[in-house]
Amino acid sequence: MSIFEYAPAPESRAAVDIKESYGLFVNGEFTSGAGTAFKTVNPATEEVLAEVAEADASDVDRAVKAARKAYDKVWGPMPGRERAKYLYRIARIIQERSRELAVLETLDNGKPIKEARDVDVPTVAAHFFYYAGWADKLEHSGYGTTPLGVAGQVIPWNFPLLMLAWKVAPALACGNTVVLKPAETTPLTALLFAEICQQADLPPGVVNILTGAGETGRAIVEHPGVDKVAFTGSTDVGKAIARAVAGTDKKVTLELGGKAANIVFDDAPMDQAVEGIVNGIFFNQGHVCCAGSRLLVQESVADEVLERLKRRMATLRLGDPLDKNTDVGAINSAAQLARIRELSEAGEAEGAERWSAPCELPTSGYWFAPTLFTGVSQAHRIAREEIFGPVLSVLTFRTPSEAVEKANNTPYGLSAGIWTEKGSRILDVAGKLRAGVVWANTFNKFDPTSPFGGYKESGYGREGGRHGLAAYLKGGQA
Amino acid sequence: MPTTSTPGVGWDLSDVTRSDAALRRFLHGLPGVDQVGAEARAAALGTRSIKTTAKEQALDLAIRMVDLTTLEGQDTPGKVRALASKAMRPDPTDPTCPATAAVCVYPDLVGVAKDTLGDSGVNIAAVATAFPSGRAARDIKLADTRDAVEAGADEIDMVIDRGAFLSGRYLEVFEEIVAVKEACGDAHLKVIFETGELQTYDNVRRASWLAMMAGGHFIKTSTGKVQPAATLPVTMIMLEAVRDFRLATGQMVGVKPAGGIRTAKDAIKYLVMVNEVAGPDWLDPDWFRFGASTLLNDLLMQRTKMRTGRYSGPDYVTLD
Repeated sequence: MSIFEYAPAPESRAAVDIKESYGLFVNGEFTSGAGTAFKTVNPATEEVLAEVAEADASDVDRAVKAARKAYDKVWGPMPGRERAKYLYRIARIIQERSRELAVLETLDNGKPIKEARDVDVPTVAAHFFYYAGWADKLEHSGYGTTPLGVAGQVIPWNFPLLMLAWKVAPALACGNTVVLKPAETTPLTALLFAEICQQADLPPGVVNILTGAGETGRAIVEHPGVDKVAFTGSTDVGKAIARAVAGTDKKVTLELGGKAANIVFDDAPMDQAVEGIVNGIFFNQGHVCCAGSRLLVQESVADEVLERLKRRMATLRLGDPLDKNTDVGAINSAAQLARIRELSEAGEAEGAERWSAPCELPTSGYWFAPTLFTGVSQAHRIAREEIFGPVLSVLTFRTPSEAVEKANNTPYGLSAGIWTEKGSRILDVAGKLRAGVVWANTFNKFDPTSPFGGYKESGYGREGGRHGLAAYLKGGQA
Repeated sequence: MPTTSTPGVGWDLSDVTRSDAALRRFLHGLPGVDQVGAEARAAALGTRSIKTTAKEQALDLAIRMVDLTTLEGQDTPGKVRALASKAMRPDPTDPTCPATAAVCVYPDLVGVAKDTLGDSGVNIAAVATAFPSGRAARDIKLADTRDAVEAGADEIDMVIDRGAFLSGRYLEVFEEIVAVKEACGDAHLKVIFETGELQTYDNVRRASWLAMMAGGHFIKTSTGKVQPAATLPVTMIMLEAVRDFRLATGQMVGVKPAGGIRTAKDAIKYLVMVNEVAGPDWLDPDWFRFGASTLLNDLLMQRTKMRTGRYSGPDYVTLD
């Protein structure tokens, strides 16, 4: 035992009041759902947190009609400066209730409270503030001022509230109304957001939140009253959505998977590069579509980087997500844990060498130790498939052109990282990488002013920044 | 461009210091520091939440790491005696309260401190080498050092020649540290960089390696006379340097942030950083010190709060 063992420092659960059961949020009110209610659990303990209604096709129809009515009668015709007031109000309430939102997000998702508190919730508020500012300035957007109508939005479980903000804020700022489905394992913060909409006196029907799983999502996407589909999630589902809307008038943006290369050159700022690698793959347990899951390190410094990386990984604190000193939380679900295990076992079977940080895993809940694989080649499954967990595949390269070639040799193209002290190399390599976001000497930095999105199988469309408005305005549909 | 890398095990020091050119190549070949990333990491470590038993341990450890300092033109024997008494018994109402590591004074007051401290175990540190500017001829700096050691100093806090460092005369800085170390005899040598004047983290990393290679027992951020003095990111760069130096040579070097650390909360952030960057081996007064004057009273007030559950007023700690 170290002479300086950190005592438990848990954030209090008293900030949140979780109800036994939740209904659907349609037309400004909570209503029951026609499907079969399901349970959402705390992945860190497997404790059932609440029972949540499931929306079936009739509920989706109700919600889309409510959204249509609100679009036609209230929100569409409302001047941008009036819509902005609601968005600013929502942003301020999010800040006021930030502790409650952060604790609830941690309970339902399993992510460390320090991330929910310092990253997720502040960035959520920032998105609403940012797009509130656009609402009365759309004539300067370059995409006109005409909204699309009703947006059907389906979001994942890795950043439940943040993905909601990425979808809802620009849609509302542009004058659209929304029907949003949170992921079935993480519905609670979206339902708390529904309460915030009530608190902000948002007109009924502008935001509708339907809980449920894949079938509910499909009903939203396929509903003929939906003008726009926005999806963040797996590439498989994304492809199914693209097929479903093909031949209709629906506009689509898809934010799908990734297998980002984090490229470390021999002249990198070494200690910061190690931090960036850790942040790139272990932030949010690696449940990040833009995670730096492939480390490409120049062969001449590979040993040094790996030694430093392992030493750093050994200091990661895995455990109770509510503890303020926890760095790595729980895997979001049993299904995801099984997937991570399966791919890790495939990595070993294919001959890569596995190393996991020495840490004790809690006995209940879903956990996976921060892990890296060395001796990985481009042909291994763990170098090609998205693991979506705390597993890093380490590959080496000899020259900048080889780094670019390997980085681009993936069906995905969401993000990439470059680590070098040489500015000209950053610009050169960034220009050659086929990735929507390229970070230089940093990783996983998000800002509402900056567009985010992918190439190839990572999807299409951009979210964030001025570009994010294109997805919700008629003039943005080139 | 040569590959930058940190030296590994078996690396030969004499190769590096045989000429100014070789030394410059080595120091400029160390991996760079990205300012934004370094500051973000330091800030993230500052968000650790240290409570209950961990906080009790940390407060006592921090008290044991204090170099209780007075470095003023107005210092008198009376002031130094008061400070030395405080160092031995920081909390006169509580005999379980540990003593500080050392008192830190100007060389002419070392004798006075010695008379009070005797064999209490509290060391005497003296600033020497034309502190704080370091602008004097080398023989004067060496005489200043010898004078302090003869008067009974256990530790010498020297300043490097920042003018020479910033104009790239690294070998001159190196040789001066070697010479001062020789003048120290058995006394331990702390090498002050005045990081507020070196300005960049790259310079701090280079100065750290320079001082460690020259044989300094401790590397120290600042004199306290220049702003900014100690900061978390600067201290982190130095902790990375001592960690890497041990990996390369097997030798441990201590770190002392000085100036501007005033609250127990700040001190605990530093201890978290020591623990997670250099490692728990450095969590010892032999390897980490705080150069401070007002910090001690805040540590004492927090310590009393932990023990009694109540904050006492400033009149319940001694003002010296």
